[in-house]
This record gives sequence, structure tokens and C-alpha cells, in this order.
Amino acid sequence: MVQSLETLMETPSQTAGPYVHIGCIPTFAGLGGIYPEDLGLSPISDGAKGEIVTITGSVFDGTGWAMRDALLESWQADAAGKFAGQDGADPNVSGFCRFAADKDTGEFTLRTVKPGPVPGRGGAVQAPHISLWIVARGINIGLNTRVYFEDEDNSADPLLARIEQRPRVETLIAKRTGDGQYRFDIRLQGEGETVFLDI
Amino acid sequence: MTDQGPLIPRNREIHPNPYDWHYKTSVSRSPSLPLLSMESTPSEETGPRFGHSTLGALDNNLILNWTKGEASAVGERILMHGRVMDENGRPVPHTLVEIWQANAGGRYRHIKDTYFAPLDPNFGGCGRTITDENGNYEFLTIRPGAYPWPNRGNDWRPMHIHISVFGHSFGQRLITQMYFEGDPLIARCPIANTIKDRGQLDRLVAPLDMAKARPMDFLAYKFDIVLRGRRQTMFENKIEGM
Ligand SMILES: [Fe+2]
Repeated sequence: MVQSLETLMETPSQTAGPYVHIGCIPTFAGLGGIYPEDLGLSPISDGAKGEIVTITGSVFDGTGWAMRDALLESWQADAAGKFAGQDGADPNVSGFCRFAADKDTGEFTLRTVKPGPVPGRGGAVQAPHISLWIVARGINIGLNTRVYFEDEDNSADPLLARIEQRPRVETLIAKRTGDGQYRFDIRLQGEGETVFLDI
Repeated sequence: MTDQGPLIPRNREIHPNPYDWHYKTSVSRSPSLPLLSMESTPSEETGPRFGHSTLGALDNNLILNWTKGEASAVGERILMHGRVMDENGRPVPHTLVEIWQANAGGRYRHIKDTYFAPLDPNFGGCGRTITDENGNYEFLTIRPGAYPWPNRGNDWRPMHIHISVFGHSFGQRLITQMYFEGDPLIARCPIANTIKDRGQLDRLVAPLDMAKARPMDFLAYKFDIVLRGRRQTMFENKIEGM
């Protein structure tokens, strides 16, 4: 025998299931009135500093089907690279958004400010990015990934540098489709599979 | 408070298999390539905070919140309570906990749920609360019914409540399900059994807690939740490798 560790173990995950919208965005799910509004409708409010960007995309399953029931959450810094709650952070950037794939088209839209570079570990600087967390029926533990931007300097980003198969880096980079408009598709499995993170 | 360290890496062995043939939807919704493992950064160590002002008075009372207190939901009245902690055993105070569930007959208030069991006009099916300074939370609700679902020929979900917890770091984000002590459907459920270690699955089964039950009013079930913790050593602020 040895001494016992005091560390606890994380509670195991379970799928969010097909009705996650009831719990997380009830108004969207048709349970309007139970709360004044759904949580995390927008990561910014009027007056947020920086470039407003709109990111559109879909979450595709392994058969190439755009999932109609995916729920996403995003977390990001403000235009100066500060997270909500940090000294000097933009009071109009909560940084958090909850958004769902459209139930008819499977397309999602995130309207936010483009974040600034943020510090990484050991004095490194991370290129501007938005963290994403994706849940749905059939996803047994939420999937983490990141959105980077095609028109930013991503060359020194420590996370992107760790991706051995260089073409896979592209799966984390939103493509500019117009002024302030980006496309970011997520592929859960198979050809063009998105790089998911254990971080 | 020493919050400097990175998040303790996730022990994926206690979690469900992302790919599980018996849970058919997971087959095409699970990554086939390995995840990219990396030490956490401020992007994962920070996270959204929600204040008590977000909440309405009945938000954690699913028996009454759909009718705004006008009428009670049908079903076995229960108190669901517990504590949110991190892996270091520290309470996680002031964090948002959200739940959703079927009604007493096993039916969700959702356009996609077409099970024969009727809707309860007095039951919505979601609630939320924020943990107190010691990480404790409580919901008053009804025990949800088991329900059939299209998977294999005759699969039924055990009685369960879905739970979403934030913690203080985006990397702690967790959604799970609470099951009920003694339910024979747990062992038969392909979703519950995506967790391969029965000892880990048992950690999702809430015991009846008569110490919290209120006579002539409600039974109680206890469900503690552990979120990822952050490494705490005296060496955290040194440059790596030095
Ligand atoms: Fe369910």
C-alpha cells in the first residue's frame, strides 16, 4: 500500500443529447418566457472596440451532413487581447457566446469583435483566435477547437506550430469571404477532419 | 489563492468513448484522428462568469417555473442537490449550473419529441442556478420518467437529468447526466455505457438522501460534481525546464 492521493477525479461526461437546446437556449427551443432571454446571445454589446466580424459555418458529421442540432459556445479576448474580468478589459466584450446550427440549414453565425493576440505559456504570444466548444447528440464529450483568421499573422502561434501534418493547420483557419466576413466549417470526422484539442 | 498553474490534463480514460458502436449516432460524430494535446493557456484558463443578477427567483424550481408559480408540475417531487468541486477538492463557488429533463412521463417539451406520453401543461423542463460560496447548489424538480429512443430495436433511457456546468475556466466546461439509485435501465443504456468503467458510471448515479428530504413534501437526491482543477506547485512561476 501507499499513501492515498487527495486529488479527486473529474466527473465523467455524457452526451448533451438531442434536447440540449431546452436546457441551454430554451427560448430558441420554443420554451420562451421561462427566462427573459437565452444566455450568451452575443459576446459583445454596443460600443465594443475593434473590428466587427461575422463567422459563418456548419458542423459536418462523418458522412458530410451539416448537423442541424449542434450547439456551440465561444470564448475569446477583446480587441486588445484582454479577457473579461482582467484589468483594462473592454467592458462591452463579455467574450462568451452560445449559438446553434440553424434547424433547417445547419448553418451557424457568430458575430463578434476580432480578438487581439493573447499571451501563451512561458512568455509566448498566441495569434488572435476564438476558442470553441461543440456539443450535440452523439458527441459523448464536448469537442474543443479554435478559430484563427486567414488575414492575421499565424506564423508564430505555439498551438498551430504543434500540428505535425501542416495541411491540417488549415482546418483551424477561418477563410475571409468579404469585408469582416469569414467562413469556418467544422468536420467531426473523415476527410478534412478538424483538429480537436485536448487542452 | 494560487491559480497560476495550468489545468490538470484531462484523464480521458474516465470519460465515455467518443466512438461507441452501440450508441449509433456517435459513430459518425466522433473524431477519428487523435486530439492535439497541449498545456492550457489563458484562453482555456479564463472563462465567462455569470452573476446572481442573471437569475430569476424561480429559475431553480422546475415544479413552478413554467407556470410562474401558478400551478405545480405532475410527478414525484424531489430536491436535487450537491456540491461543485475541482480536482483539488476545492469548492467552485458562484458558477452557473443548468439542468434540463423530461417530465414525469418521460416526454420532453420539444418539437422533435413525439413519444406518446403527454406533455404536462405545468412543466417546462429546464432550470438554472449559481453555486453558493461553498460550491453548493439545489434544484426543486420532479423525477423524470424513463423513455424509449430510436437506437437499437428497443432501447430506453434510464431516468436522468442533464446537467451543464461552467466552472471558472473555459477548459473546465462539462455536460453530463445524473441517474437515479436503483434504476435497472442504467445497466442497459447504451449512452450510460459509453463509459466503459462501471466504477466511473456509478459516479453519475445519485443516491437517495433522506437527510435532505422534507417530510410530506419532497425526497432528495445528492449529486456532487468534480470539474478539472489547476496544478498547484511552488514551481509554477519558473520558466519551463529551469
Ligand atoms: Fe435526455
